[in-house]
Amino acid sequence: MNRKDFLLNAIPAAVILPEVINGYSVKAMTGSSPLVQALMRGTTLTDHVLVIVQLSGGNDGLNMVIPVADYSRYYNARTNIAIPENRVLNIAGVSGTGIHPSMTGLQTLFTEGKAKLIQAVGYPQPNFSHFRATDIWMSASNSNQEVYSGWAGRYLNYEYPNFPTGYPNTDMTDPLAIQIGSTTTLTTQGPSVNMGMSITSATNFYNLINGTTDPVPSTPAGKELKFIRQVNQQTQKYSSVIRNAANAVTQQVTYPTNNSLADQLKIVARLIAGGLKTRVYMVSFGGFDNHSVQVNTADTTTGTHATLLQRVSDAIKAFQDDIKFLNVENRVVGMTYSEFGRRIKSNSSVGTDHGAAAPMFLFGSSVDAGMLGMNPTIPAAPTVNDNVPMQYDFRSIYSTLLEKWFCLDKAIVESLFPPNINAQLQSLPLIKAGVCSGVTPPPQITGEKIIWNYPHPFTVGTDIFFKTQGGHTLIQVFDTLGRLITTPVDKEYAAAMQDKVHFAADALPPGIYYARLQNGITQKVWPMLKVR
Amino acid sequence: MDRREFLTARRKKQADNAENISGKPYRTTSGIATYTGAWTEQEVTHLLKRTMFGATKADIDYFKFRTMSQAVDELLTPTAPDPNPPVKEYATSTTPGVTPDGNIAQGTTWINDINSDGTVQSQRRSSYKKWWTGLLINQDRSIREKLIMFWTDHFGNETAEVGYGNWAYKQHTLIRQYAVGNFKNLVREITKDVSMLRYLNGYLNNKNAPDENYARELMELFTLGKGPDSQYTENDVKEAAKVLTGWQIDGATYTSVFNANRHATTNKLFSSFFNNTTITGRTGTTAGDLELADLLNMIFAQQEVAKYIVRKFYRWFVYYAIDAATETNVIAPLADIFRTNNYEIKPLLAALFKSEHFYDMLNRGCYIKTPADHVIGSLREMNIQFRPEAEYDTNYGLWNTFYSWMVNMGQNLHDPPNVSGMPAYYQEPSFHEIWINSDSLPKRNQFTDTMINSGYSRNGYRVQFNCVAFAQTLTNPANPNDLIDECLRMFFRNDLSAQSKAQIKTQILLTGQQWDYYWTNAWAAYISNPTTANFNTVNTRLKSLFQYFFNLSEYQLS
Repeated sequence: MNRKDFLLNAIPAAVILPEVINGYSVKAMTGSSPLVQALMRGTTLTDHVLVIVQLSGGNDGLNMVIPVADYSRYYNARTNIAIPENRVLNIAGVSGTGIHPSMTGLQTLFTEGKAKLIQAVGYPQPNFSHFRATDIWMSASNSNQEVYSGWAGRYLNYEYPNFPTGYPNTDMTDPLAIQIGSTTTLTTQGPSVNMGMSITSATNFYNLINGTTDPVPSTPAGKELKFIRQVNQQTQKYSSVIRNAANAVTQQVTYPTNNSLADQLKIVARLIAGGLKTRVYMVSFGGFDNHSVQVNTADTTTGTHATLLQRVSDAIKAFQDDIKFLNVENRVVGMTYSEFGRRIKSNSSVGTDHGAAAPMFLFGSSVDAGMLGMNPTIPAAPTVNDNVPMQYDFRSIYSTLLEKWFCLDKAIVESLFPPNINAQLQSLPLIKAGVCSGVTPPPQITGEKIIWNYPHPFTVGTDIFFKTQGGHTLIQVFDTLGRLITTPVDKEYAAAMQDKVHFAADALPPGIYYARLQNGITQKVWPMLKVR
Repeated sequence: MDRREFLTARRKKQADNAENISGKPYRTTSGIATYTGAWTEQEVTHLLKRTMFGATKADIDYFKFRTMSQAVDELLTPTAPDPNPPVKEYATSTTPGVTPDGNIAQGTTWINDINSDGTVQSQRRSSYKKWWTGLLINQDRSIREKLIMFWTDHFGNETAEVGYGNWAYKQHTLIRQYAVGNFKNLVREITKDVSMLRYLNGYLNNKNAPDENYARELMELFTLGKGPDSQYTENDVKEAAKVLTGWQIDGATYTSVFNANRHATTNKLFSSFFNNTTITGRTGTTAGDLELADLLNMIFAQQEVAKYIVRKFYRWFVYYAIDAATETNVIAPLADIFRTNNYEIKPLLAALFKSEHFYDMLNRGCYIKTPADHVIGSLREMNIQFRPEAEYDTNYGLWNTFYSWMVNMGQNLHDPPNVSGMPAYYQEPSFHEIWINSDSLPKRNQFTDTMINSGYSRNGYRVQFNCVAFAQTLTNPANPNDLIDECLRMFFRNDLSAQSKAQIKTQILLTGQQWDYYWTNAWAAYISNPTTANFNTVNTRLKSLFQYFFNLSEYQLS
């Protein structure tokens, strides 16, 4: 067995709690075209790193990002959990929108120009199952589509074709992606193999770094278990590079304690600064499924959700400070997401139920700070089924990061998404100009009325009027559950113009419908009311 | 530093740091008194993993409602009929110079066909190995298949060197016949077996030029061993070789024949170790059998034979370390039973598998799985099924895949590195640990990864671990805690900590969610409405769970 064969066999090695797991299957090891071999090194020259922060459970976006400008409707929708208006934190450069009072760390990052808020991110036909919604977010599939690979996995597969055959190698000595705190993720699943490796837990990761394993019983079984674990560690070629990277960093800023997200991000900072070329890190933080008692009724700014948000905010702030201290700030962008938001109206258990679109944060010195989008539309008399209508498709966030942060050609980016959504991917102003030496699109023109309908309200149907700047133009109509009712416009316009399209609603029940216009980087959601 | 030095150096380092080093009294002093403790799934699983390949849920459920004694007796009393012989599943060779076996139709057996073409015999060896692999996977509820592997390893023939598929099969059926029978008779028959005659040169052994090869291994490896109490002399080997002169192979019938003209008719004189026995030289057609009987009577009169074989059984079924207490409390009394029962295998193994020592907690979960335990055991525990016998091409093709996996992990059935058999059963001090190294361990993980993620397909039939179907056989798969616990009890002999189990549950089955009922709901949704989407939701998570389980170091122990 030559060295290459050895590595080939060594990579998919195991796993165990005190060690390291990775989910490689042997399947992809067979294919090897000369072209692909030639492309073994990272295809795109960049040292940029993306840190994905998953908030598991479905985070209540409306209590994290509060529509101050529309406060009375917000308060009306969730009297029992609403954050008092005078307690909402302002964010720099943004008026009419604020964040939860516990998120002072994040507020500071906005002030420093290192945070970006994206309003109402979602997708058509939202799924309200945690599992399915998580799979959709990880795979970037459509709601009704089964995609078996993850968006980051497809990206890494493009950058490092043929993985894991021939990896690690002199050009890429390190894991392509590292997940901390989980043993498996669809996000890094490539077309045939998982591109990532996972570090099973912070505690055990420390064991890995320190070269120790959990104690084994003083029995023959313990003796053999210890032996197998040692062989396991030796065959895990990445464990030493990870350990070395971790050991290269001896000083970090102080992170908050009793905060598992902070623990994980601290490891990430250490590995980035320690020299790993790993491009994608994933951390996760759970507990957001707050169907009941998400606040203390005596003081709604405290309670379960407040504690979670504070930990997120504190952890991200400490992380950002740390990577600045470690002089790698300009290489890192982070992103938070949750598999869904919560319903607009709170429930009687002082909690919120599974919802649809929700805000996302980006953080890092390279983000185009501020807010994208606007406060979600809140009905005057919300019902239990009302959802935050989607303003941005989450796939456009991903594609923009791939294009503007990982510096991929737009055509390549599009090839990484299911074909039926390619044309709908928007290039959004999320990252500062010049990061990829590219041209940042002009900022969105606000204030101009670019979509409306007449008659309004309507009984049978209505015309939707809209202005396009030319190019691909998309109009989707959603109901309040976020279900896609129809896509009346999905085409290329040769030039800027005003146009209209008829929305026939005779078969639909009365209620609010949202028309969403998307044109280039522009998007706008317009509520339309159908009455009897 | 080569691999062995590498491993040794590390083990030494480990020993320096560890509290648990060789020589420390972590072994047990329990003996062969009948075990009277609890008889639960745990004990059943322990017994099955050691005596069969893996412990399937069906087998565990079956034996759990019998007594320990009934279970052992039943395992030691195979009732299934002998399997149908291997068939021709290979293409009739068209290579110039080959004498193909076109007379044998596809799908019919080749075992009675005489064809000494090397290519044909190579095809048959391969056919035999595939067939055997199929038998292992489809084993009956008995110890038979594992004992066949034991004896095949014990006698250490390499089919690649013997060359003849027909002969390999013939030896296999001989071993199958005697596997749970009488050891002395087995030795008698294997002495005259064509494969053995060829492998250890017995067929060349004649009065003019005695060949000592078989006579030496008969004593050193097959019966007496090389222990301190095995004091046969070089001259004993020479004299035994003379006893064994005259046996030949009839190439026209693939049977052994005794040629009296080649037999040394002189008296054979043995050393004081054998009480200065004289085996009287015989003449005529019965000389070979008569003198062989005398020789075996003389050897089997030695106390050491039973002890040597019992130690081998011990290392095959219990653990490799034999300390003074084990020698006194287990090996010696079992050897007495073996001798008292005139080398009947069954009473000996019954005493072992019913003993306190076998069920001693210190002897559980310490057995490093052989590649066959790993490959065949995983396939069986995950309920992999094959096609009806008529679809031999599909079956043999798939069996070949699993046979090859075992080879890649270091165990080539009926083709050990040399006549000593697999080093894992005799090589001091590492023994079973030899199975696990930086080459074989990743392959073990690759195998289970592959079986979970893609499996193998032939003629449109795919064998793959179906994690969802497996979960459905469990008692309460809707509860993620019960699901994990029950899987661990079946797959592992060493439990994980509660913290680890909670972590596995949250991170894999719950995808980071905090409430168990999300798994319960997902499972219920799949059961009541098995759509693709509902299937995928549970399948994605179960696949990750099982892949994780099978990659744990604990999975390598049984």
